Amino acid sequence: MSLKLIAVFLALIPLLCSSFSPETPSDRRVLVLLDDFAVKSSHSLFFNSLKSRGFDLHFHLADDPKIALQRYGQYLFDALILFSPTIERFGGSVDAAAILDFVDSGHDLIVAADSNASDLIREIATECGVDFDEDPAAMVVDHSGYAVSATEGDHTLIASDDFIKSDVILGSKKIEATFFSDFSGYMRQAPVLFQGIGHSVNPTNSLVLKVLSASPSAFSANPKSKVTSPPSLTGSSISLVSVIQARNNARILISGSLSMFSNRFFRSGVQKVGSPTKHEKSGNEQFLNELSKWVFHERGHLKAVNVQHHKVGEVNEPAIYRINDDLEYSVEVYEWSGTTWEPYVSDDVQVQFYMMSPYVLKTLSTDGKGRYFTSFKVPDVYGVFQFKVEYEKLGYTSISLSKQIPVRPFRHNEYERFIPAAYPYYGAAFSMVSISPIFFG
Amino acid sequence: MVVTSKPSPMALDLLHSLPKTLKLKTKQQELLIRVATLSLIYVLAFATRLFSVLRYESMIHEFDPYFNYRTTLFLTRHGFSEFWNWFDSESWYPLGRIVGGTLYPGLMLTAAAIHSLLRFLRLAVHIREVCVLTAPFFASNTTLVAYFFAKEVWDSGAGLVAAALIAVCPGYISRSVAGSYDNEGVAIFALLLTFYLFVKAVNTGSLAWALASAFGYFYMVSAWGGYVFIINLVPLYVLVLLVTGRYSLRLYVAYNCMYVVGMLLAMQIRFVGFQHVQSGEHMAAMGVFFLLQVFFFLDWVRHLLSDTKLFQAFLRITVTSAVAVGAVALGVGMASGYISPWTGRFYSLLDPTYAKDHIPIIASVSEHQPTAWSSFMFDFHILLFLFPAGLYFCFKRLSDATIFLVLYGLTSMYFAGVMVRLILVATPAVCLISAIAVSATVKNLTRLVRAKSPSVQSGSSKGTSTAKSSSKGVVDNSQPFQKNGAIVLLLGAFYLLSRYAIHCTWVTSEAYSSPSIVLAARGAHGNRVIFDDYREAYFWLRQNTPPDAKVMSWWDYGYQITAMGNRTVIVDNNTWNNTHIATVGRAMSSYEDEAYEIMRSLDVDYVLVVFGGVTGYSSDDINKFLWMVRIGGGVFPVIKEPDYLVNGEYRVDKGAAPKMLNCLMYKLSYYRFGELTTEYGKPPGYDRARGVEIGNKDIKLEYLEEAFTTQNWIVRIYKVKPPKNRLWTNFEYVELVELLLLPLSSWKVIDPLRPEINILIV
Repeated sequence: MSLKLIAVFLALIPLLCSSFSPETPSDRRVLVLLDDFAVKSSHSLFFNSLKSRGFDLHFHLADDPKIALQRYGQYLFDALILFSPTIERFGGSVDAAAILDFVDSGHDLIVAADSNASDLIREIATECGVDFDEDPAAMVVDHSGYAVSATEGDHTLIASDDFIKSDVILGSKKIEATFFSDFSGYMRQAPVLFQGIGHSVNPTNSLVLKVLSASPSAFSANPKSKVTSPPSLTGSSISLVSVIQARNNARILISGSLSMFSNRFFRSGVQKVGSPTKHEKSGNEQFLNELSKWVFHERGHLKAVNVQHHKVGEVNEPAIYRINDDLEYSVEVYEWSGTTWEPYVSDDVQVQFYMMSPYVLKTLSTDGKGRYFTSFKVPDVYGVFQFKVEYEKLGYTSISLSKQIPVRPFRHNEYERFIPAAYPYYGAAFSMVSISPIFFG
Repeated sequence: MVVTSKPSPMALDLLHSLPKTLKLKTKQQELLIRVATLSLIYVLAFATRLFSVLRYESMIHEFDPYFNYRTTLFLTRHGFSEFWNWFDSESWYPLGRIVGGTLYPGLMLTAAAIHSLLRFLRLAVHIREVCVLTAPFFASNTTLVAYFFAKEVWDSGAGLVAAALIAVCPGYISRSVAGSYDNEGVAIFALLLTFYLFVKAVNTGSLAWALASAFGYFYMVSAWGGYVFIINLVPLYVLVLLVTGRYSLRLYVAYNCMYVVGMLLAMQIRFVGFQHVQSGEHMAAMGVFFLLQVFFFLDWVRHLLSDTKLFQAFLRITVTSAVAVGAVALGVGMASGYISPWTGRFYSLLDPTYAKDHIPIIASVSEHQPTAWSSFMFDFHILLFLFPAGLYFCFKRLSDATIFLVLYGLTSMYFAGVMVRLILVATPAVCLISAIAVSATVKNLTRLVRAKSPSVQSGSSKGTSTAKSSSKGVVDNSQPFQKNGAIVLLLGAFYLLSRYAIHCTWVTSEAYSSPSIVLAARGAHGNRVIFDDYREAYFWLRQNTPPDAKVMSWWDYGYQITAMGNRTVIVDNNTWNNTHIATVGRAMSSYEDEAYEIMRSLDVDYVLVVFGGVTGYSSDDINKFLWMVRIGGGVFPVIKEPDYLVNGEYRVDKGAAPKMLNCLMYKLSYYRFGELTTEYGKPPGYDRARGVEIGNKDIKLEYLEEAFTTQNWIVRIYKVKPPKNRLWTNFEYVELVELLLLPLSSWKVIDPLRPEINILIV
């Protein structure tokens, strides 16, 4: 019995080692659910890019009854790619709640929808904070931002270049431009081709980021019918591709277009209407590959370790501080480069000494090797304080450290002993002692 | 019990019926009987307080005693220095509490001293047993003090009666049963001791007795906030003596020594500090002190000046200037803030309606309510009728000592009428004065009985008869039925006293021996049902929550959660920060989402509510809820009491106010209660504590989840969920921060180093 257990455990070890863990945050095992195996070949460039980066892709039909996300309480995959926009019901035990639980336990998700996206896909998106246009036939139409193509279409093939300004999410290498006009200047990146459904994000939802937005002239409507009423989604409030970083740092990519991942779009050239620039190759490949690196935690993943605090001149961490103590605080922050932990260098990491409101707020200095440190004086207030580091920077995983530490007032013997104000009383006492014998003696 | 509770007449009777073969002299015999009676009373006082231990187990009762127990435990484990400087980060999160500087350490030090003495004697007892039995032990000691006090004021017969009366008086037992490990347990002893020593000092004019009384006062100050009563009663007494022309050098010596030394000693208690010179409540003592000096000075001047006219003029000038200087000093002190004005609690003692209008947190405590007549009857029984009789005897034989007793009795009776709990302070006075009545009456009656039969008298020992006849003149024996009447009256007195003893035992057994942490009820078949839900819940907390978890509950349960659950609480029974309590009250009376913001800002992990709907336990949180609304609304005007009432009526059924039906407290109390049938023949969701079917049976919790509910649903614990992983809930964090998280300096703290509640209470 126990031998069997050990055998099972030994068999699991390589599995455990290769899986997502705080130490190696990049994903390894990815489940891809497809509507049709044809997608596997039609989107092979995207998949091959993933495979070449070391991902272990498992392709399944979305209605395959054998698919399962977890077995014996252990998740079998680190990430999930849903390239099945029309699926109404997953096979096996997988449903929307299972996928959301998958995300809530720290795993990543890529969802590609399309026009005619199923209610299931819409539900998952809504639960992540993204609302697709309710009209099932709607597509994003842009009469002044469409991509020039051989046939004059209905302007649903959009060339968008309204990217989020974040090197962390999109990579520091600018999206390749085979040619750019020097005099216009702004047109430095090849636009991304998009054809599909638009979505909106709630502006108060700070977890969702619009990575690729539509142009101000875009709107969302059924291209086959006449627009009779004002479209529900218009202008740059339409998001084409959004990412969500959940509070547990699980990352989600939601795109309104499946075809933007396709080989055809990857290879196709692009010329935005009204623009003299003709790009040999669309920005899709680089955009999506870089984005997938972010989603799969190959970039922008921080960890904070080795929080230390102690009194100035001491080494060990005390159990309690006294008011007006001088203390030193340090923390080490590293960034995951995809293979190793590199020191994270920034000048905006702050620590709070917090009791219902920050009493001390200091920017930490760094030595460039990942260590951040500062020293300050404990405020003249006793209570239960917290060292708080709340670091939320666009594109990075959020760091939320809090360490509770009580601050006590002076002990009875820590006050000053002989204060000048007391000298008259000392004098009175001693003079009384010396004079008494004269009266009573 | 009956026999020992009225020993004085018995002692006298026994004295005469003792066989002559005993070759002790009369004085020795009397001494023997007195000592024997006293020791029986001593044992009785201890034994009658053990009901709770026999019924339940050796455990600490109620709320405050748990704090005292926790601090005593800390004291025995970490020593005095650590205790003195203890900063407790487990209560009043996140503010913390300087325990060492905000408590009266007398009780803990006493228990720890007894504990180490027992250890020294190689008696290995747990500190809890010492704590449980401290109050009965000190009650026994109080009987001794009562004996000596009454002996000093009247005679030794009255002393024995007083000791017997106080040994079983319910008014005192209510606060000193085994397990009631509270400050009052030792404080009444200290109070009576101080008074006794002071009266002794006034009677003798001895510096030694005055010094002893100063030390008694010091012990009282270290034990209980009720010392304010002493520091005001003693000056009042001195003033009365001055006004009635009873000023003497004895009084001068006694008061000055007691006041100066007592004050200096009291300043050593951190919690009291400089209040003796800075607080309005202590100014009377200081004023009287200076007045005495003026008196003494005038006396001396009169001694020097033989001319009365000159002296009259001098007197006028001196008194005028003294009063003027005093008034200016007081005015300047008040205006500059050096002398703090009277606190709200002090006002509420002088004016019973004050707390209701101004300090809801004081008014919310049931034992701060004005006393009902029934509780006087309950706690004093026949003493209530003997008290005026005793006052009559005191006035008949007016002396410095009896004046003190009269003053003590009258003032404490007034305070007992203002607040239920202050019956405790009045009890010793009532017992002493009643003892004088009993002793004097019985003595007179027995004399009548014996005067008719001179043969018996001559048969008895000579010494007593001469002593008696010398003390009182010849008995008038003109009344024909005097003897029979006296016998009847004597029997009546014995009957009343035996009723008193029976009543006291019954009250102790039925009313005052319940630990209130373990509830007992009569089952359908008359059997006892024990509800041990509180301890079940606290042990659940201890075993199942992270050690640094923060528990939010109404402040009543704070001490118990920290002591038994060992978890951090937001507010507790030391109600020193009104704003913090109001914040909890606000959270409890808000909708769930608003409450969630408040709980997040206070890092709350668990919420604990007490609910009596299943068992019919009526002192639960729903019944206390209006106080939460009032206290919360006192600081945060968004909480309005009328929102929770329907036509001024507080209800929880279908007709309840919508806000009431959806506030956090209602939801947490009645969550899943709608599914439960509590009583046969009643619909599900029938609340037995209030006798109604609840109005909101379909309660959904969004931000909290049920973590634990005890067997009888008395305690329910909920876990506060972390924020949602994916969806951002639309919190107006900024507004919250502005409203709730003001800097500490702007919080309305009643007085940081001086929790109000402790002045006359803890």
